[in-house]
Amino acid sequence: MLEIEIDGKKLTVPTGSTVMDAANSIGVHIPHFCYHKKLSIAANCRMCLVQVEKAPKPLPACATPVTDGMKVYTHSDMAVKAQKGVMEFLLINHPLDCPICDQGGECQLQDLAVGYGQSGSRYEEEKRVVANKNLGPLISTDMTRCIHCSRCVRFTEEIAGYQELGMPGRGEHTEVMSFIGKTVNSEISGNVIDLCPVGALTSKPFRYSARTWELSRRKSVGAHDGLGANLVVQVKNNQVMRVLPLENEAINECWLSDRDRFSYEALNSAARLTQPMVKDGGQWKVVGWQEALELVATKLKGITASHGADSVAAIASPNSTLEELYLLRKSLAGLDIRNLEARTRLGDVRFETKAAGWLGQSIVDLAASESLLLIGSTLRKEQPLLAQRLRQSVKKGLKLALINPHDDELLCAVAGKLVVRPDQLVEGVLAVLKAAADITGKAVPADIDLAGVEVSTEARALAELIVAGEKKSLVLGNIALQHERAAELHAAAAALAEIAGATLGLLRDGANSVGADIVGFATNKDLITANKKAYVLLHSELADLKQGAKAAFEGAEFVVAMTSFADEARDYADVLLPVSPFSETSGTFVNMEGKPQSFNGVVRPLGETRPAWKVLRVLGNILGLNGFDYDSSEAVRGDVLNGDIAKVLDNTPAKAVAVKAQATAGLVRLAEVPLYETDALVRRAPSLQATVDAESAAQLRANAATLASFGLVAGGNACVQQGGASVTLAVAEDAGLPDQVVRVPFGRATLALGSGAIEVIKA
Amino acid sequence: MTVYVKGVVFEGVDFDDPKHWGIEAYMARGGYTALKKILSTGMTQDEIIAEMKTSGLRGRGGAGFPTGLKWSFMPRSFPGQKYLVCNTDEGEPGTFKDLDIIVDNPHALIEGMIIGGFAMGITVGYNYIHGEVFEAYERFEAALEEARAAGFLGDNILGTSFCFQLHGHHGYGAYICGEETALLESLEGKKGQPRFKPPFPASFGLYGKPTTINNTETFASVPYIIREGGQKFLELGKPNNGGTKLFSVSGHVNRPGNYEIPLGTPFSELLEMCGGMRDGKKLKAVIPGGSSAPVLPADIMMQCTMDYDSISKAGSMLGSGAVIVMDETTCMVKALERLSYFYFEESCGQCTPCREGTGWLYRVVHRIEQGLGRPEDLDLLLSVGGNIAGRTICALGDAAVMPVQGMLKHFRSEFEHHIEHKQCLVPGF
Ligand code: SF4
Ligand code: FES
Repeated sequence: MLEIEIDGKKLTVPTGSTVMDAANSIGVHIPHFCYHKKLSIAANCRMCLVQVEKAPKPLPACATPVTDGMKVYTHSDMAVKAQKGVMEFLLINHPLDCPICDQGGECQLQDLAVGYGQSGSRYEEEKRVVANKNLGPLISTDMTRCIHCSRCVRFTEEIAGYQELGMPGRGEHTEVMSFIGKTVNSEISGNVIDLCPVGALTSKPFRYSARTWELSRRKSVGAHDGLGANLVVQVKNNQVMRVLPLENEAINECWLSDRDRFSYEALNSAARLTQPMVKDGGQWKVVGWQEALELVATKLKGITASHGADSVAAIASPNSTLEELYLLRKSLAGLDIRNLEARTRLGDVRFETKAAGWLGQSIVDLAASESLLLIGSTLRKEQPLLAQRLRQSVKKGLKLALINPHDDELLCAVAGKLVVRPDQLVEGVLAVLKAAADITGKAVPADIDLAGVEVSTEARALAELIVAGEKKSLVLGNIALQHERAAELHAAAAALAEIAGATLGLLRDGANSVGADIVGFATNKDLITANKKAYVLLHSELADLKQGAKAAFEGAEFVVAMTSFADEARDYADVLLPVSPFSETSGTFVNMEGKPQSFNGVVRPLGETRPAWKVLRVLGNILGLNGFDYDSSEAVRGDVLNGDIAKVLDNTPAKAVAVKAQATAGLVRLAEVPLYETDALVRRAPSLQATVDAESAAQLRANAATLASFGLVAGGNACVQQGGASVTLAVAEDAGLPDQVVRVPFGRATLALGSGAIEVIKA
Repeated sequence: MTVYVKGVVFEGVDFDDPKHWGIEAYMARGGYTALKKILSTGMTQDEIIAEMKTSGLRGRGGAGFPTGLKWSFMPRSFPGQKYLVCNTDEGEPGTFKDLDIIVDNPHALIEGMIIGGFAMGITVGYNYIHGEVFEAYERFEAALEEARAAGFLGDNILGTSFCFQLHGHHGYGAYICGEETALLESLEGKKGQPRFKPPFPASFGLYGKPTTINNTETFASVPYIIREGGQKFLELGKPNNGGTKLFSVSGHVNRPGNYEIPLGTPFSELLEMCGGMRDGKKLKAVIPGGSSAPVLPADIMMQCTMDYDSISKAGSMLGSGAVIVMDETTCMVKALERLSYFYFEESCGQCTPCREGTGWLYRVVHRIEQGLGRPEDLDLLLSVGGNIAGRTICALGDAAVMPVQGMLKHFRSEFEHHIEHKQCLVPGF
């Protein structure tokens, strides 16, 4: 600890602190631009110059290490003169176009200029003009406003992991730009908008749509992945205008993924469903809520009476709230309907955890692991901010290892990896398990047959890594959980975790996947291919479901879709109920670490839209059921989460599954859910759909040898046939894939495809 | 042109011999005996550093920091890789001495670096050579090959366990890369811009490893000091200003060139060596230590001796030893405009005061030169300069301001004349 005095206040700070850290710790504000607590120190803006006793010149607080007995003056004549001098320099070439700048009202330069600037300028020479850059559909540029703080550059390099922005040029010719002809494509790129202290980088979708002071700030929770990022939703005239991160160090830190930031566009989409509708003689008709719900009640009652309760199934998006799911379960239970599923992309009906499947520990604890083995995950796309957090952990010593069917860059150092065919993922884990059993001399469970498992050097290296050390984690990602042998992967991974003494975690895809498990939206039946007589859909759409869903819905006697959008379900549903997206309802998401986060609606429901929990409460009453007199979503939540949540979380496989290595050959598909195909909102956010990532959702990718074996060329087209259907996709090369693997994403472009044998021909 | 008067770097070099730069000629004049002495007599690292301290050698790159002291800062027992770097990124207007060293006596530099490596327990060295000098770079590479072939460089030098690898690196011509941390960044393959210090290169240098950086002339002086002893070197100059020094004399003299003379030589003598003023014109002013040193008027300059202390007492600095001589036909406004343009163009653009301030200074001086000056401009220049100096990451900000301050201190009336009459005081400009 070191003693320091700042503006006469004495304090002690840890060795290694900077003057800025010390000042922050006692709430002394030192003006700054380039300093950011999450970024490396650049010390280039010089706004933070302060006077330090015995130093002949003012020193930058952000970069000056505290020495014992140091005396700092942040507002002395010397300090203020230096700060004002810097402010003058920053302003001479700044356009001062605040009236037409989106940053106006939340601009650090504007704010500090009030305190440190002059009313007139002594600079009467020509001002600099800098050409704008095309950074893609999300970030708008006005580069003349740039003050060269390099925050954006450091962000791409240090936080996003790949330096997509740089500062070529010297002196006054220094400009922030992307690689020539390239845009900024990081999955977390939007954070540079928040970081930019001026209006050089602003939000493209938000551009010129409101002044910041007209916006109210309301808290919410990210609805597109398992992280549960905390949000500030900004609202004007009952419309969501933009979304910003709300700092929560334990979850999203001060960042936001682009998916959570820009998907709000869909909330204002013209495709929104605003009134209840029923299909009458093949024609859609607008009806009142009462009429619609009575029809639903009558139909469900009729079908259960004539075909039995097992003939009805409810399929919900894992982004539905805990309250919605609970009341759906409760109302259907009144008709004895028990077919409930929210794990809509699960690939293996045998997969079952003892209680709700979760990360196995907190996000913070996971990131503090000594070693982490990630199995079957495209982490940057599945959970962008978790990938970011682990990237920082790797810099601090985390050994991150992978077993994956691809070799995608995590943009951090990887301590070991095993790249296998997607249909050899189980065998990959078995190889590591065998090596780990070998090293530790521990036995594997009897259901796991290791005969014929070959241990490669890579597998052995992974085993050595995961058995050594203290705090170890083993995590199954979406590719693993969506795998057709997910139950075997689960069993093998659990055995490996046991032998290695590691914590087993599951990366759940939805905002409320864990909550859905808790409510009981997990059957071990395939509800789609079972062709039920009636389906109740909550926020889920065809692109969330497997092949055959459309046929199953069309073949059903009755389908009710509780949805926010009118543009899809009208093809197969009989009743459309407009229910609130997360922004228009109160509710709770339980994130991947088992943390329930409740939120309020940030805007009023659009048109006749109603929060689904209220709709289901009315349905319960219409069905004549008891216990539906809730007056708030909190009351509903109280019925579900009434005790220690840790007791309802358990990743242990519920039943033993026989695991055995299988030989595979031939062409195989690697199907993942692309970054911007995850849910109904994301799929309808135009700016996200204009990104490079969205483009790749309609691509077939394979390595050069595989492409050549089918006569395909990158840039050309391919016709893919699977499950009796075919689609045409653009072809791109992916050098990281094993031979005879085609990466064909799971999304709207490939919805027609089924599973099993796949064929590819040149188109 | 190099004129050897008395000193250590070019001692014994026969410039008429086309192979004067080669290893044979170098060895014939006593080259590599210092290295052999160290390796055969078992001279210790401490003894070498002590010898360097005795010599009073001060860094020849411009800052004049005592070399022996700098060498003693290197954490010799640091377990990982350490680096030795030579700064031949000579880019300051008026300075051209290091160029001649790698062209005419490259082995003195190589031997000096090998000795430095030995003294500090460093096994890898780089010489960062300015971008625009192609032949000089090739000459240095050729000399390296000779030294490797002769067993002075590489593994197990002269059969001992001492290993030292030395590589040439050709820069890209940015002045800022002469700043040692910008040089390191550039050497690492990044954009050459200075790092904030602390940490200093001695603890966090090239690739984050302890690194010692010295100027070309500094290293080239080392063999002499080891061979002849630090005391002898010291006595070549004057106390606190040990040894001899290369002065790059340019401007309005009859024989511009590099002059190696003892520190403490009166300026008037140096001027004589250069054949006096061109065309018999009158001396008006001298920039005594490279473009960033404040200008000194003739009368002050004629009283100075050429050493760190005397020039600094006169209000300027010896810097790298670039002496820019101006005669009475020189327009000081035009001269400052040139200087200011240089710093404006060469600012790395990283930190605010320098990026924004150098352009401002240049534009105002340019305006005055164009006859568009305003009376308040001169105070504005000083005020803007005051806001740059001491507020930047590296010394380029100060370097840009000092010429302005020097000019306005000694030649303010000339600027006022320009502003008032919208034309030059000096006929012909
Ligand atoms: S664009 Fe913004 S964040 Fe990037 S350097 Fe310029 S001012 Fe800083
Ligand atoms: S905040 Fe310290 S120099 Fe920018």
